[in-house]
Amino acid sequence: MAVTDEARHDSRWAAGVIPYKEMGYWRPDYEPKDTDILCAFRITPQPGVEPEEAAAAVAGESSTATWTVVWTDRLTAYEDYQAKAYRVMEVPGSPGQYIAFIAYDLDLFEEGSIANLASSIIGNVFGFKALKALRLEDMRIPTHYVKTFQGPPHGIVMEREHLNKYGRPLLGATVKPKLGLSARNYGRVVYEALRGGLDFVKDDENTNSQPFMRWRDRYLFCMDAVNRAMAETGEVKGHYLNVTAATMEDMYERAEFAKQLGSVIIMVDLTCGYTALQSMARWARRNGVILHLHRASHSTFTRQKAHGISFRVLAKWCRLIGVDHLHAGTVVGKLEGDPANVSGYYDILRLDRIPADPARGIYFDQEWASMPGVMPVASGGIHAGQMHQLVSLLGEDVVLQFGGGTIGHPMGIAAGATANRVAVEAMIQARNEGRDIWVEGPEILERAARWCLPLRQALDVWRDVTYDFESTDTPDVLVTLTY
Amino acid sequence: MHLTQGTFSYLPPLTDEEIAAQVRYCLTRGWSLNLEFTDDPHPRNVYWEMWGLPMFDLQDPAAVLHELQRCRQAHPDKYIKLSAFDRSKGRQTTTLSFIVQRPPEEPGFRLDRLEYADRQIKYTIYPYATDEPAGKRYRH
Repeated sequence: MAVTDEARHDSRWAAGVIPYKEMGYWRPDYEPKDTDILCAFRITPQPGVEPEEAAAAVAGESSTATWTVVWTDRLTAYEDYQAKAYRVMEVPGSPGQYIAFIAYDLDLFEEGSIANLASSIIGNVFGFKALKALRLEDMRIPTHYVKTFQGPPHGIVMEREHLNKYGRPLLGATVKPKLGLSARNYGRVVYEALRGGLDFVKDDENTNSQPFMRWRDRYLFCMDAVNRAMAETGEVKGHYLNVTAATMEDMYERAEFAKQLGSVIIMVDLTCGYTALQSMARWARRNGVILHLHRASHSTFTRQKAHGISFRVLAKWCRLIGVDHLHAGTVVGKLEGDPANVSGYYDILRLDRIPADPARGIYFDQEWASMPGVMPVASGGIHAGQMHQLVSLLGEDVVLQFGGGTIGHPMGIAAGATANRVAVEAMIQARNEGRDIWVEGPEILERAARWCLPLRQALDVWRDVTYDFESTDTPDVLVTLTY
Repeated sequence: MHLTQGTFSYLPPLTDEEIAAQVRYCLTRGWSLNLEFTDDPHPRNVYWEMWGLPMFDLQDPAAVLHELQRCRQAHPDKYIKLSAFDRSKGRQTTTLSFIVQRPPEEPGFRLDRLEYADRQIKYTIYPYATDEPAGKRYRH
């Protein structure tokens, strides 16, 4: 017996290349610890690579391994630092694809750093030749790690208390056209939309500081519009001033100016990078300004089912990073969003405890340990006529953003805003009265349209607009999962 | 001017039956109802006067409506709002809030601008109602 052990020992540490499985990265007997970070990867091994070896390779390449045996591993407690692939399951209906479950020791990660988490887990391994494709489907963040992050600067509860708005979805709109308006004309759109009944208006992701409209001019005109609309309605109003810029110094300068002008909210784009977002999250907490995140660029890596990162992972990172708003899909609008997946994203952003639910693509239980929730934002191709569907699918802690659905109204922007506000209030009233709004929604809207002309016209113009395309990213139901 | 604070300000004023239906919804979810009134509807005026304590123990919509009736009689010229409060962990906040009475005339707000430097402006919203001292506003 001693001889056998010695032989195995020799082969493990002999110079050269050995399978990852034999280096300790495949551990079917491993029981994940409460403190481990767990990942579910969708792997598509190259022909001839067995799935366990592919899973072990992912574990290895995203933790301690390199392509060959190195004796310097033996100077470390390597068993702890090695990631452990502990289960591989076939994806039903997708031949050649497997879900690999991998556990990472908490010590592998720097406290409170998404950049470090991302560099570790998605740093190199996605280009690995032995795999045709690789996708990070979900991640269990242990509360021990959650607690090292700031989280949302304010969260849903504080945002509502600050805005003094309760019990209904908030309403917003993105200024259109997003390019070309002068600052003065841009502010006009903001004023009309807010006085008509929206809570927020928004810069678009690429509304930064271009030749036709510089950021400082936009901020000045927008804040005049916001304050005029507040005086007109007696309600708190806001415009997401996009502070996205080339450097952190520029972003801080813009954010400071927005704060000085009294804006309740600023926004930033995902394209800035995780570290910039974490810096802005700290700034927003320190300065009492709500932070909206536009997920610009995410579809380049979240949409394809076989390769990239699922948006649910990005949603978890964003809650840790600390944003107050995050675009998370509409289901019914113009952008990608399978209903089951989107409802999972909304839960991940809003709830404190989310149980595993493979039917919604959620592979792990996730606990947030009282970290405040992020307000999801539904934006892109939605209109007042879908209000019953939006409220049914997305609930009330959500910002519904009707850009074209406000600004394109035949009676003007304020009328478009009023149509949306009347529709949402009528729908919430009916829901609270116990009516089945999914079924009775169209009739509820028709009834309100009898006394609200702007709603009448909105329903007539956009009645038949739907986007019925098959989703690219859909959940696969796997057999029972414990971990 | 029509003050649009509150959840249902864009709808025609709710009837008492409609208010009772909202109260029933709140009670079935375990939320407590609370009445508040004010003669200063500034958007940043968070602390309206409380009509007694939140009605933690009232389980009957009719009893809540009765309190509303008493509040209306005592303050016929003021704004009154009905709010629901959810004490559950993770919320511990207001969950619904809507205006259930308005003064006969709503004079609205003035926007004051203080121009200072580099085209910047400091804004202040001033409720015309507060031209009069507290207790003398909205009298006709």
